[in-house]
Amino acid sequence: MMDLSITTRDLNLWYAKFQALRQVSVEIKHGLITSLIGPSGCGKTTLLRCFNRVNERYGYVTTTGEIRILGKNIYDPDVSLVELRKSVGMVFQRPNPLPLSVYENVVFGLRIHGERHELERARLDEAVEKALSEVGLWDDLKDRLDTKASTLQLEQQQKLCIARLLPLKPEVILLDEPCSALDVDGTRAIEELLFSLKGRYTMLIVTHNMAQARRASDECLYMLLGEIVEHRRTEDLFLHPQDPRTAEYIEGRYG
Amino acid sequence: MNSGAMPQEPAEGWAVRRARRGLWALAGERLLEGLIYLCGISAIVFVLGIFFFVFREAFPVLGKENFSLTQFLFSEQWYPTSATNKRYGVLAMIAGTLSVTALAMVLAVPFGLGAAIYISEFCGSRVKETLKIVIELLAAIPSVVWGFVGLTVMSRLIVQYTGAPVGVNILNGGIILALMSVPIIVSIGEDALKAVPDQYREAGIALGATRWQLVWRVLLPAAKTGLLAAVLLGVGRAVGETMAVLMATGHAVHIPHSLLDSVRTLTANIAAELGEAPEGSDHYRVLFLTGVLLFTLTFIVNLTADFIVRGIRKK
Repeated sequence: MMDLSITTRDLNLWYAKFQALRQVSVEIKHGLITSLIGPSGCGKTTLLRCFNRVNERYGYVTTTGEIRILGKNIYDPDVSLVELRKSVGMVFQRPNPLPLSVYENVVFGLRIHGERHELERARLDEAVEKALSEVGLWDDLKDRLDTKASTLQLEQQQKLCIARLLPLKPEVILLDEPCSALDVDGTRAIEELLFSLKGRYTMLIVTHNMAQARRASDECLYMLLGEIVEHRRTEDLFLHPQDPRTAEYIEGRYG
Repeated sequence: MNSGAMPQEPAEGWAVRRARRGLWALAGERLLEGLIYLCGISAIVFVLGIFFFVFREAFPVLGKENFSLTQFLFSEQWYPTSATNKRYGVLAMIAGTLSVTALAMVLAVPFGLGAAIYISEFCGSRVKETLKIVIELLAAIPSVVWGFVGLTVMSRLIVQYTGAPVGVNILNGGIILALMSVPIIVSIGEDALKAVPDQYREAGIALGATRWQLVWRVLLPAAKTGLLAAVLLGVGRAVGETMAVLMATGHAVHIPHSLLDSVRTLTANIAAELGEAPEGSDHYRVLFLTGVLLFTLTFIVNLTADFIVRGIRKK
Protein backbone atom coordinates (compact mmCIF):
# COMPACT_ATOMS: atom_id res chain seq x y z
CA MET A 1 0.00 0.00 0.00
CA MET A 2 1.20 3.46 -0.84
CA ASP A 3 1.82 6.21 1.65
CA LEU A 4 -0.95 8.70 2.10
CA SER A 5 -0.25 12.39 1.85
CA ILE A 6 -3.62 13.83 2.73
CA THR A 7 -6.55 12.20 4.45
CA THR A 8 -9.77 13.92 5.35
CA ARG A 9 -12.50 12.60 7.60
CA ASP A 10 -16.06 13.88 7.69
CA LEU A 11 -15.06 17.25 6.36
CA ASN A 12 -17.93 19.74 6.21
CA LEU A 13 -17.64 23.34 5.16
CA TRP A 14 -20.12 26.20 5.14
CA TYR A 15 -19.94 29.57 3.46
CA ALA A 16 -22.15 31.39 5.94
CA LYS A 17 -25.33 29.27 5.71
CA PHE A 18 -24.50 27.50 2.47
CA GLN A 19 -22.96 24.06 2.89
CA ALA A 20 -20.28 23.61 0.23
CA LEU A 21 -18.71 20.35 1.41
CA ARG A 22 -20.60 17.40 2.88
CA GLN A 23 -18.95 14.62 4.83
CA VAL A 24 -15.90 14.50 2.59
CA SER A 25 -13.58 11.63 3.42
CA VAL A 26 -10.75 11.07 0.98
CA GLU A 27 -7.28 9.63 0.95
CA ILE A 28 -4.78 11.18 -1.39
CA LYS A 29 -1.77 9.04 -2.16
CA HIS A 30 1.75 10.35 -1.93
CA GLY A 31 3.60 11.29 -5.09
CA LEU A 32 0.68 10.91 -7.46
CA ILE A 33 -1.28 13.41 -9.44
CA THR A 34 -4.90 13.36 -8.33
CA SER A 35 -7.45 15.30 -10.29
CA LEU A 36 -10.69 16.73 -8.93
CA ILE A 37 -13.49 16.92 -11.47
CA GLY A 38 -17.14 17.79 -11.32
CA PRO A 39 -19.57 20.43 -12.54
CA SER A 40 -19.19 24.08 -11.55
CA GLY A 41 -20.07 24.74 -7.96
CA CYS A 42 -19.58 21.14 -6.85
CA GLY A 43 -17.01 22.16 -4.25
CA LYS A 44 -13.82 20.96 -5.86
CA THR A 45 -12.03 24.30 -5.56
CA THR A 46 -13.40 24.69 -2.05
CA LEU A 47 -11.96 21.31 -1.10
CA LEU A 48 -8.63 22.23 -2.64
CA ARG A 49 -8.52 25.50 -0.74
CA CYS A 50 -9.09 23.63 2.52
CA PHE A 51 -5.79 21.86 2.24
CA ASN A 52 -3.75 25.00 2.86
CA ARG A 53 -6.57 26.70 4.77
CA VAL A 54 -6.43 29.64 2.40
CA ASN A 55 -10.22 29.81 2.28
CA GLU A 56 -10.21 31.03 5.87
CA ARG A 57 -9.30 34.50 4.62
CA TYR A 58 -13.00 35.08 4.38
CA GLY A 59 -14.40 35.36 7.84
CA TYR A 60 -17.69 33.63 7.06
CA VAL A 61 -16.25 30.16 6.48
CA THR A 62 -16.84 27.41 9.06
CA THR A 63 -15.33 23.97 8.88
CA THR A 64 -15.84 20.75 10.83
CA GLY A 65 -14.05 17.46 10.53
CA GLU A 66 -10.44 16.61 10.09
CA ILE A 67 -7.73 16.96 7.47
CA ARG A 68 -4.48 15.17 8.12
CA ILE A 69 -1.46 16.17 6.10
CA LEU A 70 1.75 14.30 6.91
CA GLY A 71 -0.07 12.69 9.79
CA LYS A 72 -1.03 15.94 11.47
CA ASN A 73 -4.50 17.38 11.68
CA ILE A 74 -4.21 20.81 10.12
CA TYR A 75 -7.14 22.09 12.15
CA ASP A 76 -5.38 21.41 15.44
CA PRO A 77 -5.02 24.63 17.39
CA ASP A 78 -1.24 24.34 17.57
CA VAL A 79 -0.80 24.16 13.81
CA SER A 80 1.19 27.02 12.35
CA LEU A 81 -0.46 28.32 9.19
CA VAL A 82 2.91 29.57 7.99
CA GLU A 83 4.45 26.09 8.27
CA LEU A 84 1.39 24.48 6.73
CA ARG A 85 1.49 26.76 3.72
CA LYS A 86 5.21 26.19 3.37
CA SER A 87 4.64 22.49 2.88
CA VAL A 88 1.41 22.84 0.91
CA GLY A 89 1.98 25.11 -2.08
CA MET A 90 -0.71 26.46 -4.34
CA VAL A 91 -0.97 27.41 -8.01
CA PHE A 92 -3.92 29.52 -9.10
CA GLN A 93 -6.22 29.70 -12.04
CA ARG A 94 -4.75 32.86 -13.42
CA PRO A 95 -0.97 33.02 -13.24
CA ASN A 96 -0.30 35.40 -10.37
CA PRO A 97 3.39 36.16 -10.17
CA LEU A 98 4.04 38.86 -7.61
CA PRO A 99 4.75 42.36 -8.93
CA LEU A 100 8.48 41.77 -8.55
CA SER A 101 11.31 40.51 -10.71
CA VAL A 102 11.57 36.89 -11.83
CA TYR A 103 14.39 36.37 -9.35
CA GLU A 104 12.49 37.85 -6.43
CA ASN A 105 9.44 35.79 -7.25
CA VAL A 106 11.42 32.58 -6.94
CA VAL A 107 13.17 33.54 -3.72
CA PHE A 108 10.06 35.12 -2.18
CA GLY A 109 9.35 32.03 -0.10
CA LEU A 110 12.90 31.87 1.17
CA ARG A 111 12.88 35.53 2.03
CA ILE A 112 9.75 35.31 4.13
CA HIS A 113 10.60 32.00 5.82
CA GLY A 114 14.37 31.79 5.72
CA GLU A 115 16.75 32.35 8.58
CA ARG A 116 19.16 35.16 7.99
CA HIS A 117 22.08 32.88 7.17
CA GLU A 118 20.04 31.23 4.44
CA LEU A 119 19.64 34.50 2.63
CA GLU A 120 23.18 34.83 1.35
CA ARG A 121 23.25 35.80 -2.27
CA ALA A 122 25.02 32.61 -3.33
CA ARG A 123 22.38 30.41 -1.73
CA LEU A 124 19.57 32.38 -3.27
CA ASP A 125 21.22 32.24 -6.69
CA GLU A 126 21.54 28.51 -6.35
CA ALA A 127 17.90 28.16 -5.33
CA VAL A 128 16.77 30.23 -8.31
CA GLU A 129 18.78 28.20 -10.77
CA LYS A 130 17.55 24.94 -9.29
CA ALA A 131 13.90 25.92 -9.19
CA LEU A 132 13.85 27.45 -12.66
CA SER A 133 15.70 24.45 -14.10
CA GLU A 134 13.16 22.12 -12.57
CA VAL A 135 10.30 23.86 -14.35
CA GLY A 136 12.28 24.25 -17.56
CA LEU A 137 12.55 28.05 -17.50
CA TRP A 138 16.23 28.43 -16.70
CA ASP A 139 17.52 28.44 -20.26
CA ASP A 140 14.92 30.97 -21.37
CA LEU A 141 15.18 33.30 -18.42
CA LYS A 142 18.70 33.05 -17.03
CA ASP A 143 19.70 36.30 -18.75
CA ARG A 144 16.61 38.22 -17.70
CA LEU A 145 16.14 37.36 -14.07
CA ASP A 146 15.68 41.05 -13.34
CA THR A 147 12.76 41.61 -15.67
CA LYS A 148 9.37 42.02 -14.13
CA ALA A 149 7.58 38.71 -13.89
CA SER A 150 4.38 40.21 -15.25
CA THR A 151 6.05 40.83 -18.61
CA LEU A 152 6.55 37.11 -19.26
CA GLN A 153 4.22 35.06 -21.42
CA LEU A 154 1.33 33.49 -19.52
CA GLU A 155 2.78 30.02 -19.83
CA GLN A 156 6.09 31.19 -18.42
CA GLN A 157 4.26 33.03 -15.65
CA GLN A 158 2.42 29.89 -14.65
CA LYS A 159 5.65 27.88 -14.66
CA LEU A 160 7.20 30.59 -12.54
CA CYS A 161 4.31 30.28 -10.10
CA ILE A 162 5.16 26.59 -9.79
CA ALA A 163 8.88 27.33 -9.55
CA ARG A 164 8.45 29.72 -6.64
CA LEU A 165 6.97 26.91 -4.54
CA LEU A 166 9.91 24.58 -5.01
CA PRO A 167 12.60 26.30 -2.89
CA LEU A 168 10.34 25.69 0.13
CA LYS A 169 10.44 21.96 -0.56
CA PRO A 170 6.70 21.45 -0.37
CA GLU A 171 5.08 18.11 0.28
CA VAL A 172 1.92 18.89 -1.63
CA ILE A 173 1.21 21.15 -4.58
CA LEU A 174 -2.39 22.26 -5.09
CA LEU A 175 -3.31 23.42 -8.58
CA ASP A 176 -6.59 25.23 -9.17
CA GLU A 177 -7.34 24.94 -12.88
CA PRO A 178 -3.75 25.86 -13.69
CA CYS A 179 -4.23 25.72 -17.46
CA SER A 180 -7.55 27.48 -17.90
CA ALA A 181 -5.85 30.77 -18.85
CA LEU A 182 -3.42 29.10 -21.25
CA ASP A 183 -3.60 28.04 -24.87
CA VAL A 184 -3.12 24.50 -26.14
CA ASP A 185 0.68 24.64 -26.17
CA GLY A 186 0.80 26.22 -22.75
CA THR A 187 -1.53 23.56 -21.39
CA ARG A 188 0.62 20.81 -22.80
CA ALA A 189 3.76 22.40 -21.39
CA ILE A 190 2.25 22.62 -17.91
CA GLU A 191 0.98 19.05 -18.07
CA GLU A 192 4.42 17.83 -19.08
CA LEU A 193 5.90 19.80 -16.24
CA LEU A 194 3.49 18.23 -13.75
CA PHE A 195 4.44 14.85 -15.11
CA SER A 196 8.11 15.53 -14.56
CA LEU A 197 7.44 16.62 -10.97
CA LYS A 198 5.50 13.46 -10.21
CA GLY A 199 6.87 11.23 -7.51
CA ARG A 200 8.57 14.04 -5.62
CA TYR A 201 5.45 16.02 -4.86
CA THR A 202 1.88 15.04 -4.23
CA MET A 203 -0.18 17.04 -6.68
CA LEU A 204 -3.86 17.81 -6.64
CA ILE A 205 -5.31 19.42 -9.69
CA VAL A 206 -8.78 20.89 -10.06
CA THR A 207 -9.88 20.88 -13.65
CA HIS A 208 -12.93 21.55 -15.77
CA ASN A 209 -11.34 19.74 -18.62
CA MET A 210 -12.12 16.05 -18.48
CA ALA A 211 -9.63 15.27 -21.20
CA GLN A 212 -6.98 16.88 -19.08
CA ALA A 213 -7.95 14.86 -16.03
CA ARG A 214 -7.71 11.78 -18.15
CA ARG A 215 -4.34 12.66 -19.67
CA ALA A 216 -2.59 14.12 -16.70
CA SER A 217 -3.74 12.36 -13.54
CA ASP A 218 -3.18 9.02 -11.86
CA GLU A 219 -6.24 9.13 -9.69
CA CYS A 220 -9.46 10.98 -10.15
CA LEU A 221 -12.02 12.29 -7.71
CA TYR A 222 -15.50 13.02 -8.96
CA MET A 223 -17.50 15.47 -6.87
CA LEU A 224 -21.10 16.55 -7.03
CA LEU A 225 -22.97 19.01 -4.79
CA GLY A 226 -20.24 19.02 -2.19
CA GLU A 227 -19.92 15.26 -1.92
CA ILE A 228 -17.35 12.83 -3.19
CA VAL A 229 -19.15 10.54 -5.59
CA GLU A 230 -16.28 8.42 -6.75
CA HIS A 231 -12.54 8.22 -6.21
CA ARG A 232 -10.54 5.70 -8.20
CA ARG A 233 -7.68 5.32 -10.60
CA THR A 234 -8.29 7.70 -13.47
CA GLU A 235 -8.33 4.93 -16.04
CA ASP A 236 -10.92 2.94 -14.13
CA LEU A 237 -13.07 5.94 -13.39
CA PHE A 238 -13.31 6.87 -17.03
CA LEU A 239 -13.65 3.36 -18.42
CA HIS A 240 -15.78 1.70 -15.77
CA PRO A 241 -17.49 4.28 -13.61
CA GLN A 242 -19.21 2.62 -10.69
CA ASP A 243 -21.71 5.31 -9.88
CA PRO A 244 -24.35 6.16 -12.47
CA ARG A 245 -23.87 9.88 -11.72
CA THR A 246 -20.20 9.62 -12.67
CA ALA A 247 -21.09 7.77 -15.83
CA GLU A 248 -23.55 10.47 -16.84
CA TYR A 249 -21.06 13.23 -16.14
CA ILE A 250 -18.19 11.73 -18.09
CA GLU A 251 -20.51 11.01 -20.96
CA GLY A 252 -21.32 14.69 -20.98
CA ARG A 253 -24.99 14.50 -20.04
CA TYR A 254 -24.60 17.36 -17.58
CA GLY A 255 -21.96 19.68 -16.13
CA MET B 1 -15.31 42.75 -60.44
CA ASN B 2 -18.77 41.43 -59.95
CA SER B 3 -17.76 39.59 -56.84
CA GLY B 4 -16.05 42.74 -55.57
CA ALA B 5 -19.29 44.70 -55.73
CA MET B 6 -21.18 42.14 -53.71
CA PRO B 7 -20.04 42.98 -50.20
CA GLN B 8 -20.79 46.66 -50.70
CA GLU B 9 -24.50 46.12 -50.76
CA PRO B 10 -24.97 45.35 -47.08
CA ALA B 11 -22.79 48.36 -46.32
CA GLU B 12 -25.14 50.60 -48.26
CA GLY B 13 -28.11 49.11 -46.53
CA TRP B 14 -26.49 49.85 -43.23
CA ALA B 15 -25.79 53.45 -44.28
CA VAL B 16 -29.40 53.95 -45.27
CA ARG B 17 -30.62 52.64 -41.93
CA ARG B 18 -28.23 54.95 -40.13
CA ALA B 19 -29.52 57.96 -42.03
CA ARG B 20 -33.04 57.05 -40.99
CA ARG B 21 -32.17 57.74 -37.39
CA GLY B 22 -33.18 61.28 -38.10
CA LEU B 23 -31.41 64.58 -38.12
CA TRP B 24 -32.26 65.36 -34.52
CA ALA B 25 -30.64 62.22 -33.21
CA LEU B 26 -27.56 62.88 -35.27
CA ALA B 27 -27.34 66.52 -34.30
CA GLY B 28 -27.82 65.57 -30.66
CA GLU B 29 -25.00 63.13 -30.86
CA ARG B 30 -22.72 65.71 -32.47
CA LEU B 31 -23.63 68.20 -29.79
CA LEU B 32 -22.85 65.74 -27.02
CA GLU B 33 -19.56 64.82 -28.60
CA GLY B 34 -18.68 68.48 -28.83
CA LEU B 35 -19.61 69.07 -25.20
CA ILE B 36 -17.55 66.13 -23.99
CA TYR B 37 -14.64 67.38 -26.07
CA LEU B 38 -14.96 70.81 -24.48
CA CYS B 39 -14.97 69.29 -21.00
CA GLY B 40 -11.90 67.33 -21.92
CA ILE B 41 -9.81 70.24 -23.09
CA SER B 42 -11.17 72.71 -20.55
CA ALA B 43 -8.59 71.58 -18.00
CA ILE B 44 -5.79 72.62 -20.32
CA VAL B 45 -7.52 75.88 -21.19
CA PHE B 46 -8.04 76.79 -17.55
CA VAL B 47 -4.48 76.02 -16.51
CA LEU B 48 -3.06 78.02 -19.38
CA GLY B 49 -5.55 80.81 -18.74
CA ILE B 50 -4.69 81.10 -15.07
CA PHE B 51 -1.00 81.04 -15.81
CA PHE B 52 -1.47 83.70 -18.49
CA PHE B 53 -3.43 86.12 -16.30
CA VAL B 54 -1.21 85.74 -13.27
CA PHE B 55 1.87 86.18 -15.41
CA ARG B 56 0.38 89.20 -17.19
CA GLU B 57 -0.11 90.97 -13.86
CA ALA B 58 3.41 90.07 -12.75
CA PHE B 59 5.31 90.64 -15.99
CA PRO B 60 5.79 94.47 -16.05
CA VAL B 61 7.77 94.45 -12.82
CA LEU B 62 10.49 92.30 -14.37
CA GLY B 63 11.66 95.21 -16.50
CA LYS B 64 11.81 97.83 -13.73
CA GLU B 65 15.34 99.00 -12.81
CA ASN B 66 14.63 98.98 -9.06
CA PHE B 67 13.66 95.28 -9.25
CA SER B 68 15.99 92.36 -9.81
CA LEU B 69 14.99 88.73 -10.09
CA THR B 70 18.04 87.54 -8.16
CA GLN B 71 17.11 89.85 -5.31
CA PHE B 72 13.55 88.56 -5.46
CA LEU B 73 14.67 84.93 -5.18
CA PHE B 74 17.73 85.16 -2.94
CA SER B 75 17.21 88.09 -0.60
CA GLU B 76 15.35 87.85 2.66
CA GLN B 77 14.65 91.57 2.73
CA TRP B 78 10.92 92.08 2.31
CA TYR B 79 10.13 95.78 2.68
CA PRO B 80 7.46 96.45 0.07
CA THR B 81 6.06 99.52 1.81
CA SER B 82 9.27 101.24 2.85
CA ALA B 83 9.13 104.92 1.92
CA THR B 84 12.73 105.24 0.87
CA ASN B 85 14.12 101.84 0.00
CA LYS B 86 11.62 99.25 -1.19
CA ARG B 87 13.04 95.74 -1.25
CA TYR B 88 11.24 92.65 -2.54
CA GLY B 89 13.05 89.48 -1.41
CA VAL B 90 10.99 86.38 -0.78
CA LEU B 91 13.75 84.00 0.33
CA ALA B 92 12.42 84.00 3.88
CA MET B 93 8.97 83.10 2.60
CA ILE B 94 10.37 80.31 0.44
CA ALA B 95 12.17 79.00 3.52
CA GLY B 96 8.92 79.32 5.47
CA THR B 97 6.88 77.40 2.92
CA LEU B 98 9.50 74.67 2.59
CA SER B 99 10.01 74.24 6.33
CA VAL B 100 6.32 74.08 7.18
CA THR B 101 5.65 71.71 4.28
CA ALA B 102 8.59 69.50 5.22
CA LEU B 103 7.48 69.22 8.83
CA ALA B 104 3.90 68.55 7.77
CA MET B 105 5.05 65.73 5.49
CA VAL B 106 7.34 64.20 8.12
CA LEU B 107 4.29 63.96 10.35
CA ALA B 108 1.61 63.20 7.79
CA VAL B 109 3.27 60.62 5.52
CA PRO B 110 3.89 57.89 8.11
CA PHE B 111 0.54 58.53 9.75
CA GLY B 112 -1.36 58.73 6.49
CA LEU B 113 0.20 55.67 4.89
CA GLY B 114 -0.07 53.74 8.14
CA ALA B 115 -3.76 54.58 8.38
CA ALA B 116 -4.28 53.67 4.72
CA ILE B 117 -2.64 50.27 5.27
CA TYR B 118 -4.68 49.69 8.41
CA ILE B 119 -7.96 50.60 6.76
CA SER B 120 -7.30 48.61 3.64
CA GLU B 121 -5.70 45.47 5.08
CA PHE B 122 -6.17 45.06 8.79
CA CYS B 123 -9.45 46.31 10.14
CA GLY B 124 -12.87 44.73 9.93
CA SER B 125 -15.55 46.09 7.66
CA ARG B 126 -17.43 48.00 10.34
CA VAL B 127 -14.34 49.80 11.63
CA LYS B 128 -13.41 50.46 8.04
CA GLU B 129 -16.68 52.20 7.22
CA THR B 130 -16.53 54.28 10.39
CA LEU B 131 -12.95 55.32 9.80
CA LYS B 132 -13.58 56.26 6.22
CA ILE B 133 -16.50 58.48 7.19
CA VAL B 134 -14.51 60.14 9.97
CA ILE B 135 -11.59 60.75 7.63
CA GLU B 136 -13.85 62.27 5.03
CA LEU B 137 -15.22 64.55 7.74
CA LEU B 138 -11.67 65.52 8.60
CA ALA B 139 -11.10 66.46 4.96
CA ALA B 140 -14.26 68.53 4.92
CA ILE B 141 -13.27 70.88 7.74
CA PRO B 142 -12.70 74.35 6.24
CA SER B 143 -9.12 75.53 6.43
CA VAL B 144 -10.06 78.64 8.38
CA VAL B 145 -11.35 76.38 11.14
CA TRP B 146 -8.04 74.58 11.19
CA GLY B 147 -6.34 77.95 11.41
CA PHE B 148 -8.57 78.81 14.32
CA VAL B 149 -7.60 75.59 16.09
CA GLY B 150 -3.94 76.40 15.46
CA LEU B 151 -4.31 79.95 16.71
CA THR B 152 -6.06 79.02 19.94
CA VAL B 153 -5.72 75.39 21.04
CA MET B 154 -2.39 74.38 19.47
CA SER B 155 -0.74 77.68 20.20
CA ARG B 156 -1.55 77.46 23.90
CA LEU B 157 -0.39 73.86 24.10
CA ILE B 158 2.89 74.68 22.37
CA VAL B 159 3.63 77.56 24.71
CA GLN B 160 2.77 75.39 27.68
CA TYR B 161 4.85 72.35 26.72
CA THR B 162 7.82 73.77 24.82
CA GLY B 163 8.26 77.07 26.54
CA ALA B 164 8.34 78.90 23.23
CA PRO B 165 7.68 82.63 23.51
CA VAL B 166 4.95 82.49 20.86
CA GLY B 167 2.77 79.52 20.02
CA VAL B 168 2.27 80.37 16.38
CA ASN B 169 5.30 78.95 14.59
CA ILE B 170 6.58 76.21 12.27
CA LEU B 171 5.62 73.47 14.71
CA ASN B 172 2.07 74.75 14.97
CA GLY B 173 1.65 75.28 11.22
CA GLY B 174 3.31 71.93 10.45
CA ILE B 175 0.99 70.01 12.74
CA ILE B 176 -2.08 71.78 11.39
CA LEU B 177 -0.98 71.16 7.81
CA ALA B 178 -0.23 67.54 8.62
CA LEU B 179 -3.74 67.13 10.00
CA MET B 180 -5.10 68.64 6.81
CA SER B 181 -2.97 66.47 4.50
CA VAL B 182 -3.55 63.17 6.29
CA PRO B 183 -7.11 62.68 4.96
CA ILE B 184 -5.91 63.13 1.38
CA ILE B 185 -3.01 60.73 1.85
CA VAL B 186 -5.26 58.20 3.56
CA SER B 187 -8.03 58.22 0.99
CA ILE B 188 -5.77 58.18 -2.09
CA GLY B 189 -3.42 55.68 -0.44
CA GLU B 190 -6.30 53.42 0.48
CA ASP B 191 -7.57 53.54 -3.09
CA ALA B 192 -4.11 52.58 -4.30
CA LEU B 193 -3.99 49.58 -1.97
CA LYS B 194 -7.52 48.58 -2.84
CA ALA B 195 -6.52 48.58 -6.50
CA VAL B 196 -3.87 45.92 -5.89
CA PRO B 197 -5.34 42.77 -7.43
CA ASP B 198 -6.50 40.26 -4.85
CA GLN B 199 -4.55 37.54 -6.61
CA TYR B 200 -1.32 39.07 -5.31
CA ARG B 201 -2.62 38.74 -1.78
CA GLU B 202 -3.66 35.16 -2.40
CA ALA B 203 -0.25 34.38 -3.86
CA GLY B 204 1.47 35.80 -0.81
CA ILE B 205 -0.84 34.14 1.68
CA ALA B 206 -0.57 30.78 -0.05
CA LEU B 207 3.21 31.04 0.20
CA GLY B 208 2.84 31.44 3.93
CA ALA B 209 3.43 35.17 4.26
CA THR B 210 2.27 36.80 7.48
CA ARG B 211 0.17 39.92 7.25
CA TRP B 212 3.15 42.17 7.73
CA GLN B 213 5.23 40.34 5.17
CA LEU B 214 2.32 40.63 2.80
CA VAL B 215 2.09 44.37 3.31
CA TRP B 216 5.80 44.96 3.20
CA ARG B 217 6.86 42.66 0.41
CA VAL B 218 3.80 42.46 -1.81
CA LEU B 219 1.37 45.32 -1.34
CA LEU B 220 3.80 48.21 -0.98
CA PRO B 221 5.77 47.27 -4.11
CA ALA B 222 2.54 46.71 -5.99
CA ALA B 223 0.94 49.97 -4.92
CA LYS B 224 4.00 52.21 -4.84
CA THR B 225 2.94 54.47 -7.71
CA GLY B 226 -0.44 55.10 -6.14
CA LEU B 227 1.08 55.65 -2.73
CA LEU B 228 3.59 58.09 -4.19
CA ALA B 229 0.73 59.94 -5.83
CA ALA B 230 -1.00 60.09 -2.45
CA VAL B 231 2.07 61.57 -0.80
CA LEU B 232 2.58 64.12 -3.57
CA LEU B 233 -1.03 65.23 -3.45
CA GLY B 234 -0.47 65.72 0.24
CA VAL B 235 2.60 67.84 -0.54
CA GLY B 236 0.56 69.81 -3.05
CA ARG B 237 -2.07 70.50 -0.45
CA ALA B 238 0.55 71.58 2.06
CA VAL B 239 2.37 73.91 -0.34
CA GLY B 240 -0.82 75.54 -1.54
CA GLU B 241 -2.63 75.85 1.78
CA THR B 242 -3.08 79.48 2.77
CA MET B 243 -5.58 80.38 5.43
CA ALA B 244 -4.56 77.85 8.07
CA VAL B 245 -0.86 78.61 7.79
CA LEU B 246 -1.53 82.32 7.73
CA MET B 247 -3.18 81.97 11.11
CA ALA B 248 -0.93 79.32 12.62
CA THR B 249 2.62 80.22 11.63
CA GLY B 250 3.02 83.68 13.10
CA HIS B 251 3.56 85.60 9.88
CA ALA B 252 7.09 86.77 10.64
CA VAL B 253 9.37 87.41 7.65
CA HIS B 254 12.46 85.68 8.88
CA ILE B 255 14.54 82.64 7.96
CA PRO B 256 13.77 80.06 10.66
CA HIS B 257 16.46 78.44 12.78
CA SER B 258 14.33 76.13 14.88
CA LEU B 259 10.90 74.56 14.86
CA LEU B 260 9.72 77.14 17.34
CA ASP B 261 10.45 80.13 15.07
CA SER B 262 7.60 81.99 13.47
CA VAL B 263 7.63 82.12 9.70
CA ARG B 264 5.61 83.45 6.82
CA THR B 265 4.77 81.33 3.80
CA LEU B 266 4.51 82.45 0.18
CA THR B 267 0.77 81.83 0.14
CA ALA B 268 0.08 83.60 3.41
CA ASN B 269 2.08 86.59 2.20
CA ILE B 270 -0.04 86.94 -0.91
CA ALA B 271 -3.28 86.53 0.99
CA ALA B 272 -2.35 89.06 3.63
CA GLU B 273 -0.88 91.77 1.44
CA LEU B 274 -2.74 91.70 -1.85
CA GLY B 275 -5.66 93.58 -0.37
CA GLU B 276 -3.43 96.47 0.71
CA ALA B 277 -1.31 96.73 -2.41
CA PRO B 278 -2.61 99.35 -4.85
CA GLU B 279 -3.53 97.78 -8.16
CA GLY B 280 -0.74 98.13 -10.69
CA SER B 281 1.92 99.09 -8.14
CA ASP B 282 5.25 97.28 -7.94
CA HIS B 283 4.15 95.68 -4.69
CA TYR B 284 1.02 94.35 -6.39
CA ARG B 285 3.03 92.99 -9.29
CA VAL B 286 5.63 91.35 -7.04
CA LEU B 287 2.84 89.55 -5.23
CA PHE B 288 1.64 88.19 -8.54
CA LEU B 289 5.21 87.19 -9.30
CA THR B 290 5.12 85.23 -6.03
CA GLY B 291 2.05 83.52 -7.46
CA VAL B 292 4.04 82.59 -10.54
CA LEU B 293 6.76 81.21 -8.26
CA LEU B 294 4.23 79.07 -6.38
CA PHE B 295 2.82 77.91 -9.66
CA THR B 296 6.30 76.89 -10.80
CA LEU B 297 6.98 75.09 -7.51
CA THR B 298 3.86 72.96 -7.70
CA PHE B 299 4.49 72.37 -11.39
CA ILE B 300 7.96 71.03 -10.59
CA VAL B 301 6.56 68.79 -7.83
CA ASN B 302 3.93 67.38 -10.16
CA LEU B 303 6.36 66.92 -13.02
CA THR B 304 8.87 65.09 -10.81
CA ALA B 305 6.08 62.90 -9.54
CA ASP B 306 5.07 62.15 -13.09
CA PHE B 307 8.61 61.20 -14.07
CA ILE B 308 9.08 59.02 -11.01
CA VAL B 309 5.79 57.28 -11.62
CA ARG B 310 6.67 56.68 -15.25
CA GLY B 311 10.12 55.44 -14.28
CA ILE B 312 8.59 52.97 -11.88
CA ARG B 313 6.10 51.78 -14.47
CA LYS B 314 8.81 51.12 -17.02
CA LYS B 315 10.75 49.02 -14.57
